[in-house]
Amino acid sequence: MSTYNLDALQAAKVPMQEITMSQAIHDAFMEEMRRDPSIFIIGEDVAEAGTPFKVLLGLVDEFGKDRVIDAPISEPGFASMGVGAAMTGMRPVVDIMFGDFLGLVMDAIGNQAAKVHYMSGGKLKVPIVFRTTLGATRRAAAQHSQSLQAWPSHIPGLKVVLPSTPYDAKGLLKTAIRDDNPVVFMEDKLSWQMKGLVPVEEYTIPFGVADIKRRGTDITLVATSSMVQVALSAAEKLAEIGIDAEVIDPRTTFPLDKQTIIESVKKTSRAIVLDEGYERYGVTAEIASVIADSAFYYLDAPVKRMGAMDVPVPFSPALEDCTVPTPDTVFEMGKTLCRKN
Amino acid sequence: MKKDIKKTPEMESMATDLLDIEQYLHMYEQMLKIRYFEETVNELYKTAKMPGLAHLYSGEEAIAVGVCEALRNDDYITSTHRGHGHCLAKGAAVDRMFAELLGKEAGYCRGKGGSMHIADPETGNLGANAIVGAGSGIATGAALSIKLRHTDQVAVAFFGEGAMGQGLVYEAMNMAALWKLPVIYVCEKNQYVEYTYHEEVMAGGLSARPAAFGIPVEEIDGQDIRQVYETTQQAVARARQGEGPSFIACDTYRYYGHHVGDINRGYYRSKEEEERWKAERDPIQNARKWLIGEMETPSSLLDDIEQKVSDEIRLGVEFAVNCPYPHPSEVTENVYI
Repeated sequence: MSTYNLDALQAAKVPMQEITMSQAIHDAFMEEMRRDPSIFIIGEDVAEAGTPFKVLLGLVDEFGKDRVIDAPISEPGFASMGVGAAMTGMRPVVDIMFGDFLGLVMDAIGNQAAKVHYMSGGKLKVPIVFRTTLGATRRAAAQHSQSLQAWPSHIPGLKVVLPSTPYDAKGLLKTAIRDDNPVVFMEDKLSWQMKGLVPVEEYTIPFGVADIKRRGTDITLVATSSMVQVALSAAEKLAEIGIDAEVIDPRTTFPLDKQTIIESVKKTSRAIVLDEGYERYGVTAEIASVIADSAFYYLDAPVKRMGAMDVPVPFSPALEDCTVPTPDTVFEMGKTLCRKN
Repeated sequence: MKKDIKKTPEMESMATDLLDIEQYLHMYEQMLKIRYFEETVNELYKTAKMPGLAHLYSGEEAIAVGVCEALRNDDYITSTHRGHGHCLAKGAAVDRMFAELLGKEAGYCRGKGGSMHIADPETGNLGANAIVGAGSGIATGAALSIKLRHTDQVAVAFFGEGAMGQGLVYEAMNMAALWKLPVIYVCEKNQYVEYTYHEEVMAGGLSARPAAFGIPVEEIDGQDIRQVYETTQQAVARARQGEGPSFIACDTYRYYGHHVGDINRGYYRSKEEEERWKAERDPIQNARKWLIGEMETPSSLLDDIEQKVSDEIRLGVEFAVNCPYPHPSEVTENVYI
């Protein structure tokens, strides 16, 4: 498989099966843990419970409680222990139940895992995956709903993965587990039940290769994780009024495939960057600056950013739904940028 | 970690104790090495030859040396911001240590880590750490790795009593006790948490804390190399046999300030207190007295060791001062593999 785009694989008649994102993640673990006995999972309720979201259900039956380890509610403790295990020959996957809990483990991730290889002059390595979540609109309020991918993306030494489809999730998780660097792998909670095609045969997807989720010529929508489906829905609505949008999914914020984004904007001359993290100082700001730096003379309109509103995520559905970009708000922004008012 | 020594006829006659003597002479040499190393670091700081700061281990030598003497090369340690002693005791070479402190290419971390981050996987040193208590999590993780890999290695976490204020230490101890992990927590109670007397920031008793997790605690005199060594041997045996973690609380004293720049210490401790510890409880002087007085070691042998260590330190500094800085192009290397 020389391409990492699902449409291209389908056109090449690669045998496919339809599964959920949850199943894709589960299958990636199953395949990798069978391949490499040094991989283990540690986190809260990961064994028999298979996490509260049931994504890991059944892994403990095959791999036992030594490799699917139920930890106490001690995120800093087991995240740090993951770092120590990774430095001494294991390949841990640390399960952080909610992305909001990154606040508890940023020392292990940002001060330890991210820096050990550099600080030791390249002598130590930390092959670890921190698996966690993002995404609002589950009525889970301010401490279970944030999309904090900007935090790890800011720290040199970390790689950050934001899958948006079952195909991407499976291929990228396998790559994350095999990577010798610390990787933060963030799953959108609302995407687990999303169905999609994945190749029947084993595959991986390299980091730093953006995926063109929809081809178009009039405007580029760069979207991550949960925002990819929002961008695709907006693109359908824009098509109805004659605007042909291209949707680019970077898939990893670091390494970032700048080239694919820049080439798209050079072609379309307009861009909106979408990410569910807070808008200020966020992923959208970084990608917008990449576009402004390298495609400035091709732009016919300012680069626009759309992220979560800069407020703690509220509980009430009437309030929470205002805080994230929707197909309608993206459609309106696209229409404005293309001067189709 | 034994080395060949010249044996006198008197020593040959003490056949049963010979092994012990050899080992204790090696420990004496290691303690001296740390003492001379730290004194030299202080000089390098005062003469502005060393960039940044350093946290000196002088006064606490018996702990690093006594513990590491009971370990194998493939056992792991995690160290602290006050880490030079641990690194040397675990087997690091003086010249490459100095080179790292001066930010030179030949340093253990190619000048990227400096005083607070020396790591040496070849001697099982998983790194000094500038986040207080962080090494406890890493060492406990190494112990989990040991258990999962089914080896009989042991991991040791060194930390000061300041780390007892960090929640991570308790989370790690809880899991170590639950899963019977081969980890030894070595708490160096040097009386001060940075610039604050420990009792001002610690409620209840220190030893009650690991005991609450069912972890056996030994409270020992950290200035007595024999106590440290023998206590660690027991903890190591326990860990290798799969019986789980231990906690060793060592009473000790930091001769210098929190770091080399902490010179005027009168507002938090007295000169009299400092002098009393140095006069009465110096681990190196007391070891020397014991070696001569009770083990009948000729003082000339100890003098030879002092000369040898002194030469090693002098040559180490010369090496470090004369070797090159890393090329600026190295700044972006080793961020990722």
